[in-house]
Amino acid sequence: MSVSETEKKPMQKTTSNVPAVKVQDVSITYRTTFERVPTFKSALVRFGRGERAVREVKAVQNVSFDVNHGTTIGIIGANGAGKSTLMRAVAGILPPTSGRIEVHGRVSTLLSLGVGFNAALSGKENVILGGLAAGLSRKVIEERYEEISEFAELGDFMEMPMRTYSSGMFSRLAFSVAVHMDPDILLIDEALSAGDASFKSKAAAKMSELVTNSRTMFLVSHAMSSVREMCNDCIWLHKGKLMMRGEPDEVIQAYTKFLQVGEAESVSLEDL
Amino acid sequence: MNATSVDEEFNPSVHVYEPHKVGLPALRPYFTALWQRREFAAEMSRTNIRAANTNTFFGQVWLVLNPLLLALVYYLLTDIIAGGGAKVGAAERFAHMCAGLFAFYYFSGAMTAGAASVVGGGKLLMNQSFPRMLLPLSAVRTAFFRFLPTLVVYLGIHLLMRQKLHWQMLLAPAFLIMLTFFAAGMGMIFAALQVYFRDTTSFLPYFVRIWLYMSPVLWFAEQAPPKFKGFIQYNPLYPLLGGWADLLVKGAIPKWQLWAGGGFWAILAFVVGSLFFMSREREFVVRL
Repeated sequence: MSVSETEKKPMQKTTSNVPAVKVQDVSITYRTTFERVPTFKSALVRFGRGERAVREVKAVQNVSFDVNHGTTIGIIGANGAGKSTLMRAVAGILPPTSGRIEVHGRVSTLLSLGVGFNAALSGKENVILGGLAAGLSRKVIEERYEEISEFAELGDFMEMPMRTYSSGMFSRLAFSVAVHMDPDILLIDEALSAGDASFKSKAAAKMSELVTNSRTMFLVSHAMSSVREMCNDCIWLHKGKLMMRGEPDEVIQAYTKFLQVGEAESVSLEDL
Repeated sequence: MNATSVDEEFNPSVHVYEPHKVGLPALRPYFTALWQRREFAAEMSRTNIRAANTNTFFGQVWLVLNPLLLALVYYLLTDIIAGGGAKVGAAERFAHMCAGLFAFYYFSGAMTAGAASVVGGGKLLMNQSFPRMLLPLSAVRTAFFRFLPTLVVYLGIHLLMRQKLHWQMLLAPAFLIMLTFFAAGMGMIFAALQVYFRDTTSFLPYFVRIWLYMSPVLWFAEQAPPKFKGFIQYNPLYPLLGGWADLLVKGAIPKWQLWAGGGFWAILAFVVGSLFFMSREREFVVRL
């Protein structure tokens, strides 16, 4: 586990002013082997020189921010801005390369589409497997399974292998699993992009219900309208750096201006 | 009720994530969490067994068909091509070869699957946080349950070759357990290595094949080729497979050296493998 526990305190959810998530000067660097044209010759040359083709990707650089309990924070930015990486770090999956992240509360993740799901297994088996991996007992999962399948509205598809699912079905199931894990902090990474209109509104209702119960939510999205509707705080990342933090309207305005795409045009794009 | 309330130790409500390079995690919470999620490893292994071979015509019959074909291939190799058919004790030799081969393929299958589990588990690793050791252990569990039908196949061959049944055969599972721990340890070592050095995937099959020929599978332990005699006892599979075959085929209680050697290698591989794996596992996600 990517956890180095240096302190442990009993949970103090609503009584204190401790922020739900505290990100302090966090940088995350991926190391990956990469070669533009991987040929046998270049491999031999590299081997002869005793080199390794390792590239460092600085996905997040010196980002700091606090998020209070009960906040819905939108995270926006171009592709490759480090949004998903940051979410993984908050979930404790990726250790930060430097800096410190403090999380008060239990985290449930809904990170990009169809994640953690094995396509050869049925929806039901995947739900059980995912719940067991999250540390739930079998009994609890079976209790929640009813709610999950009801919310996802997949009907008979729950018993079919997930390779037969459409991408919309994937996202329905992934979303209903994440919200039924009863998290204190919910991380949602572009999970709704493939759902249809009715499911999107249902999901939005569920999310606002979670927020009114003083849950904290991170919403990574390219759909500016949903960020504007659901979030009361917003962060704009660009190439791993924190560009702006503030009211969703202001941040979105600055971001769209930065992209040199008119406000109206970006709205019409997300509806495609 | 909270999502992860069962493993408060491993997943306390306050987490602090800080950078680290190497070093072991806190062992007690790690093993508590590992134990609490054993059901996950078991369920993953069960579903994998169910999902495997669902697209093939023979389906789960392959669990019996595989060892039979394996025995046939090596029968052709050793008895017909090498011309050993006329030798005395051919039946015993064949039974011995099958016992050794099946155990060896169990070992190599468990080790290879364990080694592939981390790099192959990409998406699960990227999106869930759990003790990573569950992945190779689950792979070993899968290999073990897939091996059980093979034992029945061996029993059939044993009777067909007119070998006697001995009560000592009941002791053979002791060596099977040692072999399982050894395979789990080796699997964890290779799983961690593979994250850093992907070429391991390509090397491993050759490594396994050489190991097969160096082990008392196609020949009896006592009849080791003179060239090997000097260093054969340093091969971990020598006591493990030697003791297994002694009990199962001949019904002879192995010498104490085989028991001690097998136990030593099993514990050593498992301890070293799990410590190495644990000290590295937090870095896996960054490198996948």
